[in-house]
Amino acid sequence: MSSSSPVVTKKARASKDAAGPVVIRVPEHTVEIVSDSGEGAQKCGQIFGQVSAKMGNGAWTVEIIPAEIQPPARSGPGASGNRIRIGTQPVTNWGDAANLVVAFNEQALLARHELEALHEDAIVLVENRWATHDDDDIRREWTTAMEVLGKQDYRIIPVPMEEQCLTVTDNPRRGKNMFVLGMLAWIYDRDIELIRDAIRQSFRKKAEAVARANIELMELGYRWAEANLDFRVEVPIEKPPTPMIVLNGNQALAMGAVAAGMDLCAMYPITPATSVSHYLGEIFEDFGGIVHQAEDEIAAAGVAIGASYAGKVAFTVTSGPGLALKTEFIGLATMTEVPLVVLDVQRGGPSTGLPTKVEQSDLLAALYGQPGDAPKVVMAPATIEECFHMVVTARRIAELFRCVVMVLTDANLATGVQPFPRPQLDPRWQAAPPDLRPVPEGVKPYDWDPASGLSRRFIPGQPGGMHTLTGLSHDEYSHVGYSPDVHERGCAMRSRKLAVFQTTLKPPGVYGDTKGDLLVVGWGSTKGAIEEAVDRARARGLRVSSLHLRILSPLEPGLKEIFSRFRKVATVEINYSDRLGDPYITRENRRLGQLAWLLRAHTLVDVDCWTRVPGQPLRPKGILEGIESMMPGGHA
Amino acid sequence: METSCSFLSCDHDDDERSWTMEDYAGAIPRWCPGCGDHAILAAVERLLETEQLPPERTVFVSGIGCSSRFPHYLTTYGFHGIHGRALPIATGVKLRRPDLHVFAVMGDGDCCSIGAGHWIHAVRYNVDMVALMLDNGIYGLTKNQTSPTTPQGHPSNTQPKGSHLMPLNPLSATLGVSNASFVAQTADWMPAHVYATIAAAFRHRGFSFVRILQRCPQYTDDLFQEAVRNPNLVEMLVHPDGVDAPELEKIFKNRRVHDPKDLDMGRHLAEPFDRIRLGIFFRDESRQRYEELRHQRIHTAQERIDRLNEEFEKYAV
Ligand code: SF4
Repeated sequence: MSSSSPVVTKKARASKDAAGPVVIRVPEHTVEIVSDSGEGAQKCGQIFGQVSAKMGNGAWTVEIIPAEIQPPARSGPGASGNRIRIGTQPVTNWGDAANLVVAFNEQALLARHELEALHEDAIVLVENRWATHDDDDIRREWTTAMEVLGKQDYRIIPVPMEEQCLTVTDNPRRGKNMFVLGMLAWIYDRDIELIRDAIRQSFRKKAEAVARANIELMELGYRWAEANLDFRVEVPIEKPPTPMIVLNGNQALAMGAVAAGMDLCAMYPITPATSVSHYLGEIFEDFGGIVHQAEDEIAAAGVAIGASYAGKVAFTVTSGPGLALKTEFIGLATMTEVPLVVLDVQRGGPSTGLPTKVEQSDLLAALYGQPGDAPKVVMAPATIEECFHMVVTARRIAELFRCVVMVLTDANLATGVQPFPRPQLDPRWQAAPPDLRPVPEGVKPYDWDPASGLSRRFIPGQPGGMHTLTGLSHDEYSHVGYSPDVHERGCAMRSRKLAVFQTTLKPPGVYGDTKGDLLVVGWGSTKGAIEEAVDRARARGLRVSSLHLRILSPLEPGLKEIFSRFRKVATVEINYSDRLGDPYITRENRRLGQLAWLLRAHTLVDVDCWTRVPGQPLRPKGILEGIESMMPGGHA
Repeated sequence: METSCSFLSCDHDDDERSWTMEDYAGAIPRWCPGCGDHAILAAVERLLETEQLPPERTVFVSGIGCSSRFPHYLTTYGFHGIHGRALPIATGVKLRRPDLHVFAVMGDGDCCSIGAGHWIHAVRYNVDMVALMLDNGIYGLTKNQTSPTTPQGHPSNTQPKGSHLMPLNPLSATLGVSNASFVAQTADWMPAHVYATIAAAFRHRGFSFVRILQRCPQYTDDLFQEAVRNPNLVEMLVHPDGVDAPELEKIFKNRRVHDPKDLDMGRHLAEPFDRIRLGIFFRDESRQRYEELRHQRIHTAQERIDRLNEEFEKYAV
């Protein structure tokens, strides 16, 4: 037991009597854990999210990531952690604000407060050692922060985390996260055995004693909470009807690559894409695949193209700056019709931009990044489940259409954790083993079907198929062509394939009424937040619906017809656009969100947009404000 | 260089087919008359014929430049890629298809300038392939620009008052990279030596780097003129484990015994000298090869599914 018992500000503390703690029963609850970088709040949050999902709660986790590995201690920008939103029903986004916050120091807490990350009546559990710290400055900072926070309606409960941890460890800095995990386990009544398993799994590469010590700390937190806290939170569990698995987006991409029968992942380290290869690095060889860490981003694309050319199924995974470097090779794969899957886990840009943070700014680069006409398929999963399945689809399209398929996810999906129905694996998802039978006489290397541009490729090892692929403009024999019609024809054949693919697609479904005042169009990871905002807007009587696009090149069919049923169409995106009303910005010079440009060009509809680049996922609340501002008559 | 052919369902080893030089010939070369590339192509065709490499299991990858037209002039599989990036493509091919015979053909700008990063790392990967660097000391295809190997003072369109910098020494650079396993130099005007060198490179298991001094009558005609006329300006590195071209013994009298196992001496010999040294500077068969380190058994679709289902268990709700 601690000497400093919890104090309560503003709100009266329910007395902790024999009746036990007050149970707050809610359909959903959002918890944030924030610390200095390196104190393990993320690990704590990940385990909490995973265990909640495994127990059958809906869950969505988002990492709060500082850009540096070791930012200064006790600094707002250095706040690192995790937000976990759990629910009785599936959770589709990170919500607006946290109902419960656990902070390892008051500066991280203050930073979250300033970012409006806390619900107005949030419960806050904060490490109290700073209040009595030897350093005058630190004590002053504590007092100042508490003055600010004390003016809010938060219920602040100081917790002697370090003091408690010192009873079982010499280095509480390394163990506080487990103490916190234990507190959360008690508060939310989590399955303690699942938590122990998760801790063991997390420390499996270290000595057994490490896991044991961490479990001990977790149990200490659990007991402390039980003895000292007067509330618990119950988010009822309804077991989902189908078996579920819990993955983050990058794991889902990696497993999708395995399910697609990929042989090679060629990559170069880049945030936030690298963890795809971390995970694959652990498991891929068990499937006969390899992760090749190339000398640079360009080589990673080249090695993938080489392997694919040789009949193996290869992909490369990167983020914005890496995508820029791969541009020339992507053009080569397009020109030579070598199948290639490129996974782009988007981050903020341009340049180094926001390396750890979410943005949707690579759309036009994906579509048009290559000089010359380089038609390719571009897709974007909206959920972690779709991350998995889209890699499988991408592989098939790349092979069938002999083209580049680019899959755009983002930092939000990459590190977020969500449960989803366990995929029923199908052997047909995997590439057939390379066919090395002789090539029948007369078949050309690009035996383009004149209508569709489709052709079968042959690979080294097939007798009779010898030819030289070239990035130069060429005819169906892969001979370098110098006449004007050779280039015209090659371009047509490569472009035609996209049209053929487009004819296989169905028009996307509208969320909400199929006609109304405003249609919000989104793509990628924003789907859940947009739909939640649309629900709230409709509840307020606004005639709003939404549409979410998965295939961005070629665009899904029927858009113009769908748009015609709404008075106004606008995109919601996490990329930059000018705002009318800002200096110099006029309707003529205003630069729009990337999907908005695309839809305008495609449909000739006057598509508006509401976009933001906060370096974090959009909140339903923000989108709702955007919707209200864009209702016909208003603008963003 | 025969490797186990686990990838192939069919087995070519009891192949009864045979191929002549003509079978390997491709399109009519469009290099300038007198260009050294013609002789190198002929030597490569001779190698293919001598080794009877099945054309369908032979892959030539190239970058961009005069020399990179190479694959078009052969009837094997070929990949004429992008400038500087032949090696990543070739690495990808060999890494996942060790049953194929892989050649990479590059120019000096290709390999030592825009593709320099790939070159260094390809040496370190030591993937089994023959890398031919056709060095004419200039950018030919784009019409006369200074390359990293252009001699200092040699004028070009980009440096009309003469190349500003000391040239880069591709041999020393390659020999300086960890895990280098085969480094040799030959010259296009001695077809017998070119053949013998690339044959040794082909037989070496690992990344065989061969710099071929190549005449470009169009832009660097003066570069090797003297050496071509005067065999005394050439020094042959000879050894029982080296390159053997007996027909050259009478003409090239400067012979120096060098054991290709001796890396220090190889590095010393690669330094600038008043004669052009040809032969094998270094060879070590024992160096680790990346494609062997990374070799994986092929798994069936069902095996993958079973294993992935096991993996799912860890993440099951
Ligand atoms: S420019 Fe030089 S290297 Fe190029 S083809 Fe002509 S002679 Fe050969």
